[in-house]
This record gives sequence, C-alpha cells and structure tokens, in this order.
Amino acid sequence: MDGVNEAVAAACTEEWGRVVASLIRFTGDWDLAEECAQDAFARALERWPHDGVPRRPGAWLTTTARNRALDRLRRSATEAATLRKVARMPGADGSLPGSPAVDPDPEVTGDGDVPDDRLRLIFTCCHPALPAEARVALTLRTLAGLSTAEIARAFLVSEPAMAQRLVRAKNKIRRAGIPFRVPSGPALAGRTATVLAVLYLLFNEGYGASAGAVPVRRELTAEAIRLTRVLAGLLPGESEVLGLLALMLLHDARRDARVDGEGALVPLEAQDRTTWDRDGIAEGLAVLDEALLRRRPGPYQVQAAVAACHASAGTAAETDWPQIALLYRELARMAPGPVVELNRAAAVAMAEGPEAGLVLVDALRDSGELAGYFPLFATRADLLRRLGRWREAAVAYREALALAPTDAERRYLDRRLAEVVGR
Amino acid sequence: MKYLLLICTDEPFEAPSGELDATAWVEEMDGRGVRLDGQRLEGPEAATTVRVRDGSVLLTDGPFADTKEQMGGFDIIDCADLDEAVEIASKHPMARFGMIEVRPFWTE
Repeated sequence: MDGVNEAVAAACTEEWGRVVASLIRFTGDWDLAEECAQDAFARALERWPHDGVPRRPGAWLTTTARNRALDRLRRSATEAATLRKVARMPGADGSLPGSPAVDPDPEVTGDGDVPDDRLRLIFTCCHPALPAEARVALTLRTLAGLSTAEIARAFLVSEPAMAQRLVRAKNKIRRAGIPFRVPSGPALAGRTATVLAVLYLLFNEGYGASAGAVPVRRELTAEAIRLTRVLAGLLPGESEVLGLLALMLLHDARRDARVDGEGALVPLEAQDRTTWDRDGIAEGLAVLDEALLRRRPGPYQVQAAVAACHASAGTAAETDWPQIALLYRELARMAPGPVVELNRAAAVAMAEGPEAGLVLVDALRDSGELAGYFPLFATRADLLRRLGRWREAAVAYREALALAPTDAERRYLDRRLAEVVGR
Repeated sequence: MKYLLLICTDEPFEAPSGELDATAWVEEMDGRGVRLDGQRLEGPEAATTVRVRDGSVLLTDGPFADTKEQMGGFDIIDCADLDEAVEIASKHPMARFGMIEVRPFWTE
C-alpha cells in the first residue's frame, strides 16, 4: 500500500509544474492556481490508490484543478470577468470538482503560439522587474512545487521571511502587469541569461537536493533538462543554452553511480563507470560540440567541457586533471566567484598534488566568503586526509558534518571520519 | 493597463543641447494610441507642499522629500502590460540621461 501511495505521490510531483502553469494561464491568479492544484493533488492521493493512476495523470490533475477553479470563481461574483474567460477555455465543461472528464482534451496545456505553459511560467518568474532572489524562489515554488519551508531552508532565511518574499513577488506580477508569456525578439535573448541561471538551479536542486533525506530528485532534473531543450529549440543561435543542456546531460548521465545501495553519496573517483548512461554522455558530448562550433564561449560551455573530461575518462586515474584545472582558470576569468575558485582548487589538487590545492582552499577559508558553505569544509577535510594530516582531517570532517545538508552526505563524511580517527 | 511614467533626473542636471527633444517620442506614442496625457513640470524651486493637520492647512516651500532626484515631468500611458510600458519608457529620450519610474495605476 505504501508503494502505491509513493507511486501516486511521485506521479503528482512530476505533474506539479504542468498543472500550476496551466492553471495560471487559465485564471491569471497565481494563488488560486496553486490552491486548486493542491486540491487536485489531494484528491488524486485519495482516489488513485483505489482507482489506479489515470493514463494521463497530468490531464486528470489539470482538469480536476480547473473544475475546482471554475467552482471557486462561480462562488465569487467579483471574479465574473475571469470566470467568463475561463469558462470559454476548451475542455472546460463546467462539471463539478471530483468528476473530472475521463479523457480530457489532450491539448489542454498548449495553445499553439507558445510552446509550453511551463516555459511561460519560468520566463514570468524570471522577469527582470522582480528582485533576483524572488525569481529563483518563485520558480522553485511554482514550477518545482517546493514548499515555502524547503525554499526558506535552501536560502537560509526564515519561513515567514520567505513567505513574505513570495507574496510580494506575486503581488508585483499582478499589480505591475507582468505578462504571462515568453517574450519575443531582443527581449527574449536579453532574459535568457536569467532563465538559464534558474534552470541550472532547478537542475541542481534535483541533482543535489539542498534539503531532506533524498539526495536526488529525478523529476526536477528531468524537468530542467526538458525545459532547456525547449529553450534551445526557441533560441537556436544561443550557444550558452546548448552549453547548459550539455552540462545537464553529462551530469545526469552519472546519476545512478552517485548513490550506493544504502543511499550514501559516492564520490566521482569511486563511481562504477559501467553504470554511467553511455547514450546520455554521447548526447551531451554531441550537444557540447554543436555549442563550441558557434565559437561564442561562455561559462556553461566551459563547465560542460569539464563534465566532458570526466565523462570521457575510462577510469578515474585517466582523468585529464591538468586540462580541468585550465578550464576552471578560464571559468574563473569569465565568471569569478568563490565557488568556482573552490572547484579550481580541487582540480589543482588533482593535477599538482593536495598541497597545492590546500593552499588555495585555505586562502578561500581565510577570506570568509564561503563561511557555512558545506563543500568548502568537505574538500578541505579530504585534502588533509590525502596529505596524511589525520588529526587536522578529523577536525575538518567534524566541521563539514555540522554543515552537511543531506543524510547521504552525512553518511559519506561519517565513513571518512572513521577512517582518519585514531590513525 | 494604465501606467504613470515619472520622468526623473539627478540634480543638478544639465541637458545636452538638442538631445532631449521628446517631440518624436510623443508623436510616436500618440500615433500608437498609448499616450493619454503628459507634461513637463517646473523645477522643485516652484513647488509648494500642502498638508492639513488638525484642520489647518500648512504650506511648505519646496518638494515634500529632500531627494537628489527630481521629477521633471510625467506621462500617462495605456498599454497591454509591463513589457510594453517598459518598451515605451525605454524609448523616451530622458531614459538615456535620467531615469523613468513606471507605476501602474491603482485598480480594484
């Protein structure tokens, strides 16, 4: 029974972004859209374990949510204009909630001129008239269905503060008249950088979830890849869209090797490379080649080139670390920042030895720019271990453990700590 | 939707000669039917601020806020959404020298 409930919950999570995006387009009301989507999901969790998962879960959920919205709007006379608009939508048969059409209109989520409601949703969430931190939070909330509490944890702010930020952003969208659409012409290219940044965050939220016991959330990585593909189709000339797509594909191809049978995180050098998805890697490399042919390099293409170095190495020992260290130097030039510097330090440690890497890591720690950033402490601990400085390594592993965000990361660090303690 | 475009400048502001003529902008926006009204304003030295407190009308010389920016004029536009309002504002010659605040009209 638990298995059924989990499968139903998973199907719901996968469809969240589609249902919310479609309801926002129907009603223009972001809060109503989210509430009605939640109602539809609750109803699915009740019904599907008995009735079975419908053939098209997304269509079932969208129809149920839309009927709920119609019902709510009928009861509120002030929304008469919206109701008239919604009632004209194809497939809106006006049936009461709880009796969704058996086979709803398959075209219910697309209207032809714009490829995808979810892409409209992300461009609206990423509108430059919204504050930068609100764009990411709003995307994670509406598109990925993360709870306000989860987003607050990821941003290291309190839940009421995050709730306030989301309310303000939604109010600004409504009051300032931010349109729900993918922009065209020069505005499209101008907004792409923000959208790419948010898509990459969405992917990373799925790939290394910032909170909770599950290190990998497939539905988020799959959604980020799908949306990036759609965007690449819309913007064939933008080499960075392809760069990001290649980067995601190459990371995603390694996902099965990242977590072992007990759910512990497996570092790159210890991964079983036979479980890497060869087709995914081949596609990632081909997309990267296509991007590089345009001769307009950018940070995503450089990061994808790093991922390509890893994906192309037959064994961990064959990894071309000098090349990766060079790529990180290039990335630090294009997009300087402490996180890039930390990655460069790790690559230098592999290319020139842990001592050279530790010098860079310690400089970063002393700068205080990454205070509280878990990977800095985990990297430092690993370098000390490789240098055989056991007691310092044990202290560093304990520092890292105090900051590790997921159970899988804590288990990995616990194991390493046990190795260095008492040596 | 209706928006107020507040045309603002940093003070002191010296207009580069000939570059600030908004005539072409006004003609284009009137032609598109999006501009409802607009005016240049006298400077803050001509401003008087009015308050009523305890039934008495209190007048103060100058603008109510002591800011470095000053409002040089305004336009009222009626267009589809914020994207169109931003496009209209970005074409205003003052956008290149000062700044334009885009404010939606209060609704409901």
